[in-house]
Amino acid sequence: MIGKSVPRVDAYEKVTGRAKFTEDLIPQGCLTAKILHASIGNGIVTSIDTKAAEALEGVVKVVTFKDVPDHCYPTPGHPWSVEPAHQDVADRNLLTGRVRYYGDDIAAVIAEDEITASRALKLIRVEYEEYPVEIHPRKSMQGSNPPIHFDKKDNVLARSNYMVGDVEKGMKESETIVRGTYKTPIVQHCHIENPISYAYMEKGRVVVVTSTQIPHIVRRVIGQALGIPWGRVRVIKPYIGGGFGNKQDVLYEPLNAFLTTQVGGRPVKLDISREETFCNTRTRHSIEFDLAAGVDKEGRLLAKDMHSYSNQGAYASHGHAIAANGLTSWRLQYACPNIRGEAYTVYTNTPVAGAMRGYGIPQVCFAIECFMDDVANAIHMDPLEFRRKNLIRGYYEDIYLKPIAANSNGIFECLKKGADYIRWDEKRKEYAGQSGSIRRGVGMALFSYKTGVWPISLEISGARLSLNQDGSVQVILGATEIGQGADTVFSQMVAETLQTDMEHVHIMSTQDTDISPFDTGAYASRQTFVTGTAVRHCAEILRDKILAYAKTLLPDIDTTELELRDNWIWAGGERAISLSALAEESYYSLTNSSVLTAEVSEQVKRNTIATGCCFAEVEVDLKLGKIKILHIINVHDSGKLINPQLAEMQVQGGMSMGMGYGISEQLLLDEKTGRPLNGNLLDYKMMTMLDTPEIKVDFVELNDPIGPYGNKALGEPPAIPCAPAIRNAVLHATGIAFNENPLTPQKLIDGFRKHGLIAADSR
Amino acid sequence: MKREKVLVECTVNGKEVAEYVDPRESLLDMLRNRLGLTSVKKGCEVGECGACTVIIDGETIDSCIYLAVWAEGKNIRTLEGLEKNGEITRIQEAFIEEGAIQCGFCTPGFIMSATVLLEQGKELTREEIRKKMSGNLCRCTGYQNIVNAVEKVMHENAEKGI
Amino acid sequence: MYDIENYYNAKSVSEAIALLTEHPDARIISGGSDVLIKIREGKMAGSSLVSIRDIEEIKGVEKKDSGDIYIGAGTVFSHITADPVIQECIPVLGEAVDQVGGPQIRNIGTIGGNICNGAVSADSVPTVFSYNALLKIANAEGGRTVPVREFYLGPGRVDLHPGEVLTHVIIPRAEYEGYHGHYIKYSMRNAMDIATLSCSVVSRIDSAKNILEDVRITFGVAAPVPYRCVETEELLKGQKPGEELYQKLEDSIRKEIHPRDSWRASRDFRLQIGGEIARRALIQTVKLAGVPAKDQGGEEA
Repeated sequence: MIGKSVPRVDAYEKVTGRAKFTEDLIPQGCLTAKILHASIGNGIVTSIDTKAAEALEGVVKVVTFKDVPDHCYPTPGHPWSVEPAHQDVADRNLLTGRVRYYGDDIAAVIAEDEITASRALKLIRVEYEEYPVEIHPRKSMQGSNPPIHFDKKDNVLARSNYMVGDVEKGMKESETIVRGTYKTPIVQHCHIENPISYAYMEKGRVVVVTSTQIPHIVRRVIGQALGIPWGRVRVIKPYIGGGFGNKQDVLYEPLNAFLTTQVGGRPVKLDISREETFCNTRTRHSIEFDLAAGVDKEGRLLAKDMHSYSNQGAYASHGHAIAANGLTSWRLQYACPNIRGEAYTVYTNTPVAGAMRGYGIPQVCFAIECFMDDVANAIHMDPLEFRRKNLIRGYYEDIYLKPIAANSNGIFECLKKGADYIRWDEKRKEYAGQSGSIRRGVGMALFSYKTGVWPISLEISGARLSLNQDGSVQVILGATEIGQGADTVFSQMVAETLQTDMEHVHIMSTQDTDISPFDTGAYASRQTFVTGTAVRHCAEILRDKILAYAKTLLPDIDTTELELRDNWIWAGGERAISLSALAEESYYSLTNSSVLTAEVSEQVKRNTIATGCCFAEVEVDLKLGKIKILHIINVHDSGKLINPQLAEMQVQGGMSMGMGYGISEQLLLDEKTGRPLNGNLLDYKMMTMLDTPEIKVDFVELNDPIGPYGNKALGEPPAIPCAPAIRNAVLHATGIAFNENPLTPQKLIDGFRKHGLIAADSR
Repeated sequence: MKREKVLVECTVNGKEVAEYVDPRESLLDMLRNRLGLTSVKKGCEVGECGACTVIIDGETIDSCIYLAVWAEGKNIRTLEGLEKNGEITRIQEAFIEEGAIQCGFCTPGFIMSATVLLEQGKELTREEIRKKMSGNLCRCTGYQNIVNAVEKVMHENAEKGI
Repeated sequence: MYDIENYYNAKSVSEAIALLTEHPDARIISGGSDVLIKIREGKMAGSSLVSIRDIEEIKGVEKKDSGDIYIGAGTVFSHITADPVIQECIPVLGEAVDQVGGPQIRNIGTIGGNICNGAVSADSVPTVFSYNALLKIANAEGGRTVPVREFYLGPGRVDLHPGEVLTHVIIPRAEYEGYHGHYIKYSMRNAMDIATLSCSVVSRIDSAKNILEDVRITFGVAAPVPYRCVETEELLKGQKPGEELYQKLEDSIRKEIHPRDSWRASRDFRLQIGGEIARRALIQTVKLAGVPAKDQGGEEA
């Protein structure tokens, strides 16, 4: 079953529209809640008057920041830490009177219907005292009065650094030193289903049904936020309409849980609008990078230096973990004896940044891979040759974070496939020295990516299998299907280990914290690896139990001769008893009934590095400032593919996101207030079908020795390398290095003018 | 606030429907909340994402920006209405075969857009398919396999002379 | 659910006028892709609406015996694009409205709504301007006809009085016969977008003499209202198509249009793009006129 492109287990439900998402499950008569968002970017609420709102017919309850618990709670989808020093920053209240960004949550209205709720919001009178707004991290870290959070006087949430070797010495010994500054934008996940939840109380407990990637973490955080025992919270996750990391954060579920407690446990829904999704959920951090590198005569890297400044926004969320992940990546993959890295994560008065597909690596990869091209250019070396010269071949490991290592490393094979597809050597020559106003170029970029979060954080997963009466297997996991195909590959894993087929494996697609084993959820490209390990182990236990039970039915046969295959128990190469007959006995035997089940909760203390690259060919229309992607390919080494078709789909979607990151997507903020200027799907330019070129995908399938089925990270990596590859292709086409993505028409025209490619003065 | 309801009589998925609706309701509200047709998804409420696409008198529209009262006398089709005798349509099968589905939230809207295209009976280029399907956003697939699925069925139909 | 106060449905133009007179605060709703969004945004929340979408007499395209083309204000974009009269006589209008939003929007959005909401980014409007269209407006006093060039009063404001309904867009025969048009929408995406800048060029070429007899150039998003570049037009008339002319056009356009700085794009950016899309649109009309390639000139031609 491993390596087969079986159809998704949920395909039929989705193609018929029968798959139930959160909104499809909301009970009749559910109350509607809406949130009052601040209309200033920084300051404090001096007065709030809710009387008129409360008096409106149909309003059930109005709650403000004065009514919620005093204590703060953390929101990121990280496993909890029992060591206080490693616990996530708790800086949120359910509602707040201290406004830290435009749109901060001040109050909420619960009403019988949405129009009443909207009208009630308008009737709440709020007065503010305003403070100056700062949206740029390098300015914000100079301090503000008052600071954004009282315990961080300089607005620096965290700083980290390291030094490998001696960078100053390495620079001194270098033939050429190159410097560059790169910046990535704020972008948003744009899952088509907005965050949505509804909550009610049952037997003194709070039940929250929500579109989340991380139900067990949501449960814990609701408990923390409301100050109630975690066992009194139940979280249910139906099908979800995409997450991409935004739903790897606890968003409005705690507020929703609180609101139902304020109306006697009646069902209350909190349906977040698209505009709120942009402004009030999470975004990808904008990060600025100052880079320097020294190379010797042969073009070998002798020293590398990185200083980065990450814009956290108003609350910690995933916080410094993002910038720190990028910092770690700086010392991987390229051989270099002297490396320094320093990263700051800074609070600003902007929408909150959290996890988004790639977790800091799309940002750092843009900076690094643009920079590698710039270094290659500076020493007049072909950028691909430069990389081949400096990349580590085969095994390498991180110097600090053991056991993170490239246990398999197919980067050179990936580069070969990518270069062949794009006809690198030929086109690098062909497109050199163009002069017209339409020019073409080819570019490339590569990356490395960890699989899961160990040892930075805990990796744990649970699985539960049981043998049905008919010999089929029931699978219940805490890991979540979020569109990536997790349920399908887990089913394939079970089928593989039990040597059965997909028809005999039934997976439960809903996670319910009352039922599903503990697993921290879908993030960090971890599930096929970490949950896969638990699934494999659990299936092995069940297989052994089946064989042990078979022995009781076949007392004369030696245990070592028994084998489970094709839904039969085989003895000495002959069919002995069908699995269904065995299963029926296990349920109903009057002498020996014991239903066969297996359950594991497994910590995984392994990590392995996936890799890959993107090659792109572009055509640039200088006078219109437009980039057309003519050809683009991602080649990935994600180990063995469990399901090649699903893997390819995952890459296609990631590339689309990566291309948007490269040329069109950015959430723009008003300088004065921090208010999003384009927080809707019309003004925020994610690619439509007509903007997306034909996407080519290829793989290098090395068997990873520590992956449960030879596999390693695949979910996030596809979104990483496209943006810098496109930028480098534009550099090749035009000779202009654009150091800030996305490469929008405005930036291109400004750049072409500045460098004289088009007339400087159009008037 | 007591509001007068308005009677809307229309055909939904081949069945005569008569519903008293609030004139403030969108067709999306009516289809989901009154008729239980939850394949019609809400993604933006302003006609930007296409998740709520339904077919009205042979044309696709975003049901979020279409008032329920406008449905009077119309023939409306949602994804629920495509199956016949328990069998899904060829385009639905092709979405499965080609791997055109991931999270599944945009899928109903895409299938409705594809259905109208296929019913028009023309064989289009990939670029034309892209243009005619560009009112539906997808964040999971990069659209590649959706184009593949539509192209595949279009080609099959052309071969069969449909 | 939309926050609508009262909803009235007109079945005829006269009923619409009566309803609008009776409820002076009510707004007209046609396709809904603009009005409903403004209600949801809060800008028009709580409004009362008079729907004109069931008025059959203002739908469809008709070529009168005079050769004048009457486009019903309630005609949706996709029907305009598919209409045989449009395809034969003014294909550029069909092409222009085929660039509005996406297919679903083009199935509900109407040309009347596109003109009356006053947005400078409206995709139909530059072409309607370049064809010197007349707007037929019905009211209780027997109606009036206004040249589209006089209809726009300021940002988002048009010359439509309370109690009035735009019923038809008229393209007179003399304004389209012998002309070729090309519309370029410059936007950040190829679909589901609004114009950052747009330009519609309509020209008539004496192919025997290879002379540009007449040319009309209209920009969207280059000024507070749709903008006819009259000075540039005069400069070009009577000249030979070719690189010299195109350069003159580009330079003149950049002097004549008045785009502004916004977060969407800078003024300088729009000036650069404006000159270039006007050039490309004119070159395309020259091609459409059947001017032999050797006489078209222009580096993009």
